[in-house]
Amino acid sequence: MDYKALKLIASSNPHIRSNDDTRSIMLDVIVALCPALVWSIYRFGFRALIAAIVSVGSAMCWEWLYRKALHKPQMLGDLSAAVTGLLLSMVCPVTLPYWMLVLGNFFAIVVVKQLYGGLGKNFMNPALAGRAALVACYASQMTTWFDPNNAQGVKAPVSLIGQSLDGLTAATPMAQIGEDFAGLTATYSVSDMFIGFIGGSAGEISAMMLLFGGLYLIFRKVISWHIPVAYIGTVALLALVFPHGNDPVQYMLYSVFGGGLMLGAFFMATDYVTSPVTKTGQLIFGVGCGLITVFIRTFGSFPEGVCYSILLMNCTTWIIDRHIKPTRFGVVKEAAKK
Amino acid sequence: MAKAFFGGVHPNDMKAATNEKAIEQLAPPKQVIIPMSQHFGAPCAPIVKKGDHVKVGQKIGETKGLGAPIHASVSGTVTAVEPRPYSMGGDVMSVVIDNDFQDEVSEEVVAPENPDLLSVEEMIEIVKNAGIVGMGGATFPTHVKISGGIGQVNTVIINGAECEPYITGDHRAMLERPEQIVGGCRFLAKMFGVDKVIIGVEMNKRNGIDSLNKTIDEMKAPVVVQPLHTRYPQGGEKQLCQAITGRQVPPGGLPSAIGCAVFNINSVCSIYKAMTTGMPVVRKVVTVSGSGVNEPKNIECPIGTPVSLVLDACGGLKDGTFKLIAGGPMMGMAQYTTDISVTKGMGSLLAFAADENKVSDNPTCIRCGRCVEACPMHLEPLYLYMYVQKKRVDDLNAANIMDCMECGACAYICPGRLHLTQSFKAGKQMVKDDAMKKKAAAEAEKAAAEKKGA
Repeated sequence: MDYKALKLIASSNPHIRSNDDTRSIMLDVIVALCPALVWSIYRFGFRALIAAIVSVGSAMCWEWLYRKALHKPQMLGDLSAAVTGLLLSMVCPVTLPYWMLVLGNFFAIVVVKQLYGGLGKNFMNPALAGRAALVACYASQMTTWFDPNNAQGVKAPVSLIGQSLDGLTAATPMAQIGEDFAGLTATYSVSDMFIGFIGGSAGEISAMMLLFGGLYLIFRKVISWHIPVAYIGTVALLALVFPHGNDPVQYMLYSVFGGGLMLGAFFMATDYVTSPVTKTGQLIFGVGCGLITVFIRTFGSFPEGVCYSILLMNCTTWIIDRHIKPTRFGVVKEAAKK
Repeated sequence: MAKAFFGGVHPNDMKAATNEKAIEQLAPPKQVIIPMSQHFGAPCAPIVKKGDHVKVGQKIGETKGLGAPIHASVSGTVTAVEPRPYSMGGDVMSVVIDNDFQDEVSEEVVAPENPDLLSVEEMIEIVKNAGIVGMGGATFPTHVKISGGIGQVNTVIINGAECEPYITGDHRAMLERPEQIVGGCRFLAKMFGVDKVIIGVEMNKRNGIDSLNKTIDEMKAPVVVQPLHTRYPQGGEKQLCQAITGRQVPPGGLPSAIGCAVFNINSVCSIYKAMTTGMPVVRKVVTVSGSGVNEPKNIECPIGTPVSLVLDACGGLKDGTFKLIAGGPMMGMAQYTTDISVTKGMGSLLAFAADENKVSDNPTCIRCGRCVEACPMHLEPLYLYMYVQKKRVDDLNAANIMDCMECGACAYICPGRLHLTQSFKAGKQMVKDDAMKKKAAAEAEKAAAEKKGA
């Protein structure tokens, strides 16, 4: 046989690549967020779905526009902008006006992500930074929490264009936990907290659904257990050591299931770009997130500290990465022999 | 208990295409082209000239410094001694022999009368004259490894991991020629004066492990088989030592620094053949596989057989084949021509027709850390990559880039499809160039200072 006609490519090794690429990883994250999204739609009505669509769409639009304007190659296919948009819609109250979501996405995508060089270069989690910007600009809308169970305990979905009249605008469990823990336990049982019959941001109310998603990500090896376990473990431990009320375990469960902890620990703190690359570094990062979360919850003026704790730890990632290095191959044993 | 090192990746091993196919003998080729560089070290000097008649096993290339001699693999007439393309890239001096199909064996090939009574020095001399090298691909001259290791080495390890996907030559040898492997181990045990030799085999070759164990029992040989987890690069020398002994080779060091010596299965078979028959390395088992090959096979052929003949024996290549690799898919060399020939270190020939190499238009690091987890040398490829891009040589040094063995695990696992391994090759060169430059500058300064002083 004549092989002269073959056009052979001489490239560097390796000649095979794993099937996972950025797109498949981002797709896994979206899949993992779906249970929580479905729960959100079930609890808050279709407004939650529309908010998610608006948010994802605007995130992708901003990225497209920015890269178009600067003549950079379009990379929407990697789906990282879609993940940012979805996450942002899930950490905002479902009643938030759509245009604010669009604005939040501008800050997340253009200011936090693209101005620093795009995917992989930003130092803060874009979705959380977008949320922080919205809280700064529209504090009241961002902290108007909504519990679809009205006074009679009848579910009243949010209308698509505005506030539900019947819904109970109430403090979230996190606002209540410090001031009136007994009142909180009277309003919501532990199973309410776990399954998600509580008020709060659109995507964070069901610890159970988020746990499903998080376990899926660990099972798919998209994330490792280090950050979530260190984060949630630290919060749980501090709750056990410094409980409100008489039952430390009860307080611990409310602390862990309430607020944005599950969403933050599994989906935000584990953001590759803004967390350390070594496993040891990730443990430190997780513990740091946990400590700051508890400090803000206990001593801060905000009821919830997940968002700021992760943003703060994002800023320390480079220090952790600089100082926590894998042990050089062959060095340990040599030292041990001497 | 199976053992393993830390890190690594799990590519689909793709061995099913050939691991049940017995090693086939290739029909004798009309012509062989034997490159004079088939080992780590300086190329050999050809000692035959055009028109000479050579016989199988006759020495045709003599070492210059570090190296192993090269022998004629067929009998016949030398028709040319000239540079030809070879599998490591570029052209190299080669001896072209037209086969006379007489298979005359050279007078130089003499079987030792009683192999069991040979002294250590005699055995090393036989290994040296047989041109045995590390036939897993690194091609380090085996006699140098043995003579350098005697006295320091207390653990002799045989590398049967065969961790690269597709390759099944060692696996087939375990099934078809276990007596050669175990017999070769016996000689190695004697040379190093150790009471046992350990063969490390990955768990995806269970029948190979069984076959070896059966032979060890029958021969009552001082050999044990250590099962290893299937994980790339389990067969990397340092990783194999780590998996089997728990010891780590110090940076820049050789396995002998921790009392280990590692030999490839194929090399062990060659040692056995040299000790019992006197025949040097003249044949090689090559696994021909990959999506571009019509009939994947394990083929044994004379060294120097043109690759096109080996491919023909496997039904040729499919249309649209875009890559031909000498060696495994993780560390092999992509070839730009089929005019190369089989060498001592060529364990496989792979051809890819479907797009196995998934490339991205915009390779982007998302800092997922998978490369850090995968790196068997405990490096941080993502940071090395950044330093190479920015040509930060001091940072490359501080990040130990010279520890990188270019195994390709990081680039394999990278979801951002960065060209990691490729850039580390460039980065290592940068570091070497920089060291040279600094050395030259220091010498110039010294010379200037001396001049001033005088």
